[in-house]
Amino acid sequence: MSEVDAKTFDESEERAYGFWLFLMSDAILFSLLFATYAIMVTATDNGPDRTEIFGYWRTAANTALLLCSSLTMGLASIAIREDRKSTAFQWIFVTMILALAFLVLEIQEFAGLFAQGAGPDRSGFLSAYFTLVGTHGAHVTVGLIWMAVLCVHLALRPIGPVIQSITERLTMFWHLVGIVWIGIYSMVYLPGLYQ
Amino acid sequence: MFGRLTEDALPFYSEIAMAGAAVTVGGGLFVIAVVLWTGSLLYLWRNWLTSVDHKRIGIMYVVVALVMLLRGFVDALMMRAQQAMAMNSGGYLPPEHFDQIFSSHGTIMILFMAMPFLTGLINFVMPLQIGARDVAFPRLNLISLYLTAAGAGLVLISLVIGRFSTAGWTGYPPFSETEFSPGVGVDYWIWALVVSGVGTTLTGINFITTIVKRRAPGMTWMRLPLFAWTALCASILIVFAFPALTVAGAMLALDRSAGFHFFTNDGGGNAMHFANVLWMWGHPEVYILILPAFGVFSEIVATLSSKRLFAYNSLVFATVVIALLAFTTWLHHFFTMGAGASVNTAFGITTMIIAVPTGVKVFDWLMTMYRGRIRYQTPMLWTMAFLVTFTIGGMSGVLLAVPAVDYTLHNTTFLVAHFHNMVIPGALFGFFAGYVYWFPKAFGFRLDERWGTRAFWFWVTGFYLAFMPLYALGLMGMVRRLQHYDNPDWQPYLIVAAIGAVSVLCGIICMAIQLWVSIRDRDRWADTTGDPWNARTLEWYSSSPPPAWNFASLPKIEGTDAFWRLKERGEAYREDENVGAISLPTNSNDGIVYGALAFVFGFCMVWHIYWLALLCLGAIVAHLIVSSFRHPTEEVIPANEVARHEQEWKTAARAGSRYDGDPLCDYRTVLRKVPAQ
Repeated sequence: MSEVDAKTFDESEERAYGFWLFLMSDAILFSLLFATYAIMVTATDNGPDRTEIFGYWRTAANTALLLCSSLTMGLASIAIREDRKSTAFQWIFVTMILALAFLVLEIQEFAGLFAQGAGPDRSGFLSAYFTLVGTHGAHVTVGLIWMAVLCVHLALRPIGPVIQSITERLTMFWHLVGIVWIGIYSMVYLPGLYQ
Repeated sequence: MFGRLTEDALPFYSEIAMAGAAVTVGGGLFVIAVVLWTGSLLYLWRNWLTSVDHKRIGIMYVVVALVMLLRGFVDALMMRAQQAMAMNSGGYLPPEHFDQIFSSHGTIMILFMAMPFLTGLINFVMPLQIGARDVAFPRLNLISLYLTAAGAGLVLISLVIGRFSTAGWTGYPPFSETEFSPGVGVDYWIWALVVSGVGTTLTGINFITTIVKRRAPGMTWMRLPLFAWTALCASILIVFAFPALTVAGAMLALDRSAGFHFFTNDGGGNAMHFANVLWMWGHPEVYILILPAFGVFSEIVATLSSKRLFAYNSLVFATVVIALLAFTTWLHHFFTMGAGASVNTAFGITTMIIAVPTGVKVFDWLMTMYRGRIRYQTPMLWTMAFLVTFTIGGMSGVLLAVPAVDYTLHNTTFLVAHFHNMVIPGALFGFFAGYVYWFPKAFGFRLDERWGTRAFWFWVTGFYLAFMPLYALGLMGMVRRLQHYDNPDWQPYLIVAAIGAVSVLCGIICMAIQLWVSIRDRDRWADTTGDPWNARTLEWYSSSPPPAWNFASLPKIEGTDAFWRLKERGEAYREDENVGAISLPTNSNDGIVYGALAFVFGFCMVWHIYWLALLCLGAIVAHLIVSSFRHPTEEVIPANEVARHEQEWKTAARAGSRYDGDPLCDYRTVLRKVPAQ
């Protein structure tokens, strides 16, 4: 960042700091959804419980996709820091493919649950499940849109403080999405699959 | 096409509601007419509505708060009148309407009066106090203001189109579920809370970043003025507590609109979970309201006792401890839920513990006054009324912290008296004190003391008359929110309470007269020095009103009470040669755009007009994306303009001769040390 003046640097740092605070707020939101899931997991109202509805391979694939996308996102941010535009494009593209695949699998899973009458209106357990996992899915969608916007920025101008600031915050956001998924996988899916 | 919105939504069901709607619409039209008639639309638009200056945004927040205070107070007056009359009769308000009124009263007073008031004061004062040019994210600050205004707008419009919630300001299910509240009232409540809650969260982030990153050189943590400390702690509470409100509101909305089963009676729902999540926000919220007011009192008590704040360090630690403990007491709001003896005991103990740092603060303020040269001006009057009244409320709170006692007093008027006894002196009096104290900084003239004193006495008398009888009534077994009753023993107390409400009304009228008289006599009350109270902190180290750039240059901060040190050394108004050009962010329309979209979004969610709600959401996302491509523009104030302003103000401040014979004048003993130019 040699050619960046001190004021722009301070502003980028403030933006990153403010975004950290936002992510903490977001993490609290997820922790409340986790807590809600934890207390509603038995509230099945004689409907399907967690041992009956989760698919082994799909959730494993989802986990692999999202963790890999965290890696590729990291690689993209390194490429942007080193001013290698075409490499950055490639890694963002891979990240978007992985995220899209994740969303497709998740939508398939939700559609399957709806088809067997296990929608969110079936029981408190399913309400909590759909809200927690759906909110995470909404975050993935936001990340995907954000990556597309970053691509347009990259296509339109040389890598500078604006793009670096956007990338920094997007990367932070994407890692939070990954961390929350690890929580979902280990609190929602694994106990259901191994019971 | 229009969801459930039909012409039945208009308030023809009750003449009183129609009158309320007429006043709301008429008031809005009147304001618009005045603006158009005086030809000040362009002025308003350029200098206020699109301004990203933290001082103007702060003032606009306070304006929102004062308007909503009027609305919330009318609700209070109507309730007191109803309960004074409704012995063995229906009174004048039908039950459904009475329920709407107590629901909107609580919602408005907490979220749309107290929250904007404290946000406005922090916005105006905090950046000046820490020697910053603005908050960290000025454009975001403006957006937050309009999100708050959009939420307030949703509450106001519920009076005209549809109805408001009847489920109380806490909206407990299962009553607030579709099964028992099928109308739009609860939806208005949810979306007003969620929309303004987003704005408040963004404000919290903004304030924390400002305080952490933008303090003046040398202003270390233990040199931060106490108001800035309380602003920081309240902002931390906002960032960590408001997600709980969002989650509670969103889950209730999903139950109501999408058939989910979070809190329903059937389908495995758990209504008590709502109480938990809501109060995980709700209890910290009490401290979000009260901490900034503590900060205001700390500044005023030091300034108007002409003394350094007693035990500054312990006040800082007490503030931080209160902020931490605020997250540990939420369950005391529903001891009667039956969580079991051990859980209740644990929360009873944490509730009593949080009274300790609060007590520390009260003693610190008293010790600050001890042997001070106290000036009994209106900010000090409010402070002293707070010290006495708040202590009484605190003691009734420690009583309620005992679960066994709470079981008999839960949901009685004793509880109503207790929490009004906390938030009226603890928050509202603080905001009033701050309003009087910082008014001259904002507008360049002080507020009339005589009318201010009258307002003070009417308010304090009214408060005691209105709420002390409620303690007694609670002990006599009267539950809260009664539309009518048949116990003749209660009526005299309720009549006294209604008289108290009338006294508060007189107080509000006095405040309106005070404002009018002060504007009329603004030359007499003018403050040319920028330091009308002989104060101690940096916000007074600027002209009144401060220029858009706040400070042309700042001294190195060497301790608490930075401005006082400068005055002591005779360096406060020394000419500064190295004044440079300053660049400031330009105005922005974003606030109005996001605010309008959020308002329409909320309105459409209430009335199930989902296509338009989706369109609004899409427009918000599109606007966010487009604005990421815009380069923020700045305007440059040339150095000679900055220098000219500095010189004018410092010359006037050194002269400062307008206040001969005014008790405020003792600051001139300090000024005498200023070397002649």
